[in-house]
Order: sequence, then structure tokens, then C-alpha cells
Amino acid sequence: MLELKNVSTRYGAISALTDVSFSVAKGEIATLIGSNGAGKSTTLRSIMGLAQPHAGEVLFEGKKINRMPTHRIAALGIALVPEGRAVFANLTVLENLELGGYLQKDSKQLKKDLEHVYVLFPRLKERLLQMAGTLSGGEQQMLAIGRALMAHPRLLLLDEPSLGLAPLVVQAIFDAIAVINKEGTTVLLVEQNANLALRRSQNAYVLETGRITMRGTSTELARDPRVKEAYLGE
Amino acid sequence: MKRLLWITGALAALALLQWGCSAILLDGPIRQGPYYYQIMILAGINIVLAVSLNLTNGITGQFSIGHAGFFAVGAYVAASVSYYGGPGIRAATAFLPAVGQDTVVLLLALAAAGLAAALAGLLVGIPSLRLRGDYLAIVTLGFGEIIRVVILNVDAVGGARGFVGIPKLSNFFWVYLLVTACVVTVWNVVRSSYGRAFIAIRENEIAAQAMGIDVTRHKVMAFVIGAVFAGMAGCLFGHYTMYLHTNSFTFVKSFEIIIMVAIGGLGSIEGAVLGAIFLTVLPEAFRGFEGYRMIIYSLALILIMIFRPQGMLGQASLFGKKSKGKRK
Repeated sequence: MLELKNVSTRYGAISALTDVSFSVAKGEIATLIGSNGAGKSTTLRSIMGLAQPHAGEVLFEGKKINRMPTHRIAALGIALVPEGRAVFANLTVLENLELGGYLQKDSKQLKKDLEHVYVLFPRLKERLLQMAGTLSGGEQQMLAIGRALMAHPRLLLLDEPSLGLAPLVVQAIFDAIAVINKEGTTVLLVEQNANLALRRSQNAYVLETGRITMRGTSTELARDPRVKEAYLGE
Repeated sequence: MKRLLWITGALAALALLQWGCSAILLDGPIRQGPYYYQIMILAGINIVLAVSLNLTNGITGQFSIGHAGFFAVGAYVAASVSYYGGPGIRAATAFLPAVGQDTVVLLLALAAAGLAAALAGLLVGIPSLRLRGDYLAIVTLGFGEIIRVVILNVDAVGGARGFVGIPKLSNFFWVYLLVTACVVTVWNVVRSSYGRAFIAIRENEIAAQAMGIDVTRHKVMAFVIGAVFAGMAGCLFGHYTMYLHTNSFTFVKSFEIIIMVAIGGLGSIEGAVLGAIFLTVLPEAFRGFEGYRMIIYSLALILIMIFRPQGMLGQASLFGKKSKGKRK
């Protein structure tokens, strides 16, 4: 569904990604793990067109999408939940969700999509008219994911959904991600919490200073001694 | 049908006010009548400038400091239309009474002003709105000054002597008609899906893009709509004062408009209206202090910013009536 071929991205003179190649198959949860500054977010930015790779190709359903503007990539069916959630703090929960469905012109479908999000995150329904900035961190993450779902993505990119959240809330968020995946959305998950990410995904890639150094199924990688030592703290 | 009724009603009310104001203030017994009349006119023009700038700076969150540039483009283009084209237009519409001829000239001048300002907005907006924050501010500031210096060197519009001999075509009626049109337009734009996109861009550009919003296109759109109204305000300004000089369009004017928007409450339409009235009236109210006038005026601005940094109205009723629990 998504394929990166030898993608290299840099910010000014600093190289952030070098020759990154991997693919995400339809229907799976794939994860990209790595430490701070390894280039995980840059990978998502390069897919989404927020950063421009200077070499290599990004293919979505066989179509080349690098060099396309971000809003057109979004229209193709890729949604991004940015790092740090990036909810519209001064708008209400409902307005945030409606903006998520910005490309949806059919108001009946929009209502259905809202209902779908409420089922997934009942907490949001209780807070519809509250300013998004006043929500707790976990609720904001739910809102960010709900907002992304409003666009009916076929591929959902999640950037550190566990960041700064209490363990119980993290469990709830990951349960929701599993449900979203079961309903047919392919997920690419970027995480620092490798333990959690490997348990919840099928395939995994390890990113170190801008290069992919290990790859395999998540169970394989979880057993790999190098991964254990570097990322699982064992 | 209902809308038509509203429009007729508004026009009638404005005409009545115009008649009332000029009867009382201009021809009536109040000694300083023309003085008050002029303050009302200038307040109206400032309202249009502030509300239109608010669309870019407050609602879309793009900090532009070149609004006086669009004001100038509109003022000079409109004045040229009525000064050079006026006699021709009058000859072509000789079958109309004098008032009718005036109206045609003014409407054509207004249209030309709006169009020229829109073009200027596109010209500046397309390259510069890819920039962010400080960079955009610097580019728009530079644009405003370029416009002014270019006009200063065009002899056909008076150059450094100023543009003399512009017919007096605008009055209370036209100014407040534009005020109404501007407020209603901006109000409706903010509540449309475009407005939602504008606000999303202000709140978080990356998230807005990721939701499928074409950020550059919407920024340029906000910029151009703002420019059109600033240009039209320029037209009515020139046709009221009958004289234009580039000194009225320096970056100081741009800052004045920004202060109106900030004092009123960035992002709030009502705030921009209030801020414009307040900043037009305040320096006049302090005339009694003579030499200390500008010091007291500046002090008042500083105090407002210290005690109410969100502006007089904050972001009141940006999106309907629910601004409670807003996070600082």
C-alpha cells in the first residue's frame, strides 16, 4: 500500500534520512521504532509532503506522491496524527472533528462519521462543546485520532501517540488503534515506546540516525538481542 | 425576498442617517458640526481597514503589516478614475441628474480601487504567503513602502505635491454602506467553510494541511479579500478629503490599523470595529491636553495592553456564541 524507495531527506545541510526503504502492506499495523532524533518523525513528514525528500520515491497504492503538496496527499487517503497531538486548541471538540472532515462535502456522511468517532471515543462526546485546549492529554490524543479518522483515511500515520500519557490512557489509545485497524485502516505507527509498539504491530523497522538498521516481523524483532538491549531495556 | 427587504431597509436607514447627520452637523446649529462629521467618516474608514486586516492577521493568523499599501493603491487608482475619467463618464451619462452621474463615477472608482487592490494583493500574496511569521511581516512592510515610494514618483497623481482636485463624492452614506458591506462579508466568510479553513491555518498550519486544506490558496484568499476592502476604503477616503498625499500611507498607518485590531481583540470582528472607533476618537478626546496629547494616547495603549492583553473583546463570538473556557 505504501512504499518508500531509497528516500533521503535533509533539513538544510543536515541529513535526517539516508536511503530509507520499507513498505507497509494493506491491512497491517507497521511500526517504526528508534530513539530520539533517529528520523522517525521525518519519515512521516516525508510521506505526508511536509518535508521534501531530495532523493528517492514515496509510492502510495502504486502512485508516486513525493513532490505532491500535502493537502493533495491528504485527499488521496492518508491522514496524519502529528506529534504532540496538534489539536486546534481554541476551537471546540466538535469543530475540531468537523475540520477533520473538511474534504467531506456530504453532510449526512459527516454525521455518520461523527457517530463513528463517538463510539470509538465516548469521552469526546461528553466534551463536544469544550475547547480542545482544555482537554487532558489523553483526551487530546483521542481527539487528534478522531479528527484524522473523519477524513476516512486508508492509511493512518501516527506520530508517538503514547507521548506523555499515563499507562492506562496509553492502553486505551492502543486498544482504539487496534479497533481502527480491524475496521480496515492500515496503520503506520511511530513510537519511542518500543515494547508497546512491537506488541501491537505485525511488522517493524528500526531506525538509527536516519537509516533503517533492522527489519522483520514484530515478534522476531522483540526477541532480537540487539533490540532487547537497545530498546527494550533488558 | 427577505434579503432584498433587509438590503432596502439598510439603505434607507443609511440614507436617513446621512440626511440627519448632515442636517444637524453640517448645516445645523452645532458650532463644531463638521468636525464631528469628519470624525464619524474617518471612524468608518478605519472600521473597514481594521475589519479587513483582521481577516488576515486575526482570523488566518498571518501577520501582515502592509495594509496601508492596499489602502494607498485603492485611494490613488480611484482618484485617477474620477479625476481623469470623471468628465468622460459624466458626458456619457448626461441623461442622468447630477446625483446620478456622481454615483456612477463613484461606483466605477470603487470598482477600480477594489480590483487594483485585489491585483496588488495577489501580487504580494502569492510569493510572500509561503513565508512565516517575521518573514511575512518584513515582506509586507517592504511592499507597503514600495507602493508609497512609487506613488511619490508618479507625476500624474501629483507626486510629492499630492493629488489635488479630487471631486468630493463620498459622504456618510457611502462610507457606512462600505462598513456594512465589509462587516457582513467578513462575518459570512468566517462562518463559511473558507473561514473554518482560515481558523484552522491560524491554529495549526501542519494539522490544517494534513486535513486536506490548501494552505497557500486560503492564505492568499484571505489576503486578497482584505486588500479589496482596504482599497475601497482608500477610494472613499480620497473622495472625502479631496486631496491625497503619500504621507497618509506610511507604515505608521499600517501600524495604526494593527493596533486597532490588537486593541479590539485579535480575531474578533466586533473587536476590530470597536478598536477602530476607539482609536479614531481617543486622540481627538485628548485634544484638551494639547502638547501632551500623544503621550497620553500612547500611555492609554500601553495600559490597555498590560491589563487586557487579549484586547477589549478578546476573541468574543468568533464562531457563534461560545467563547467560554477559552484557554489563554
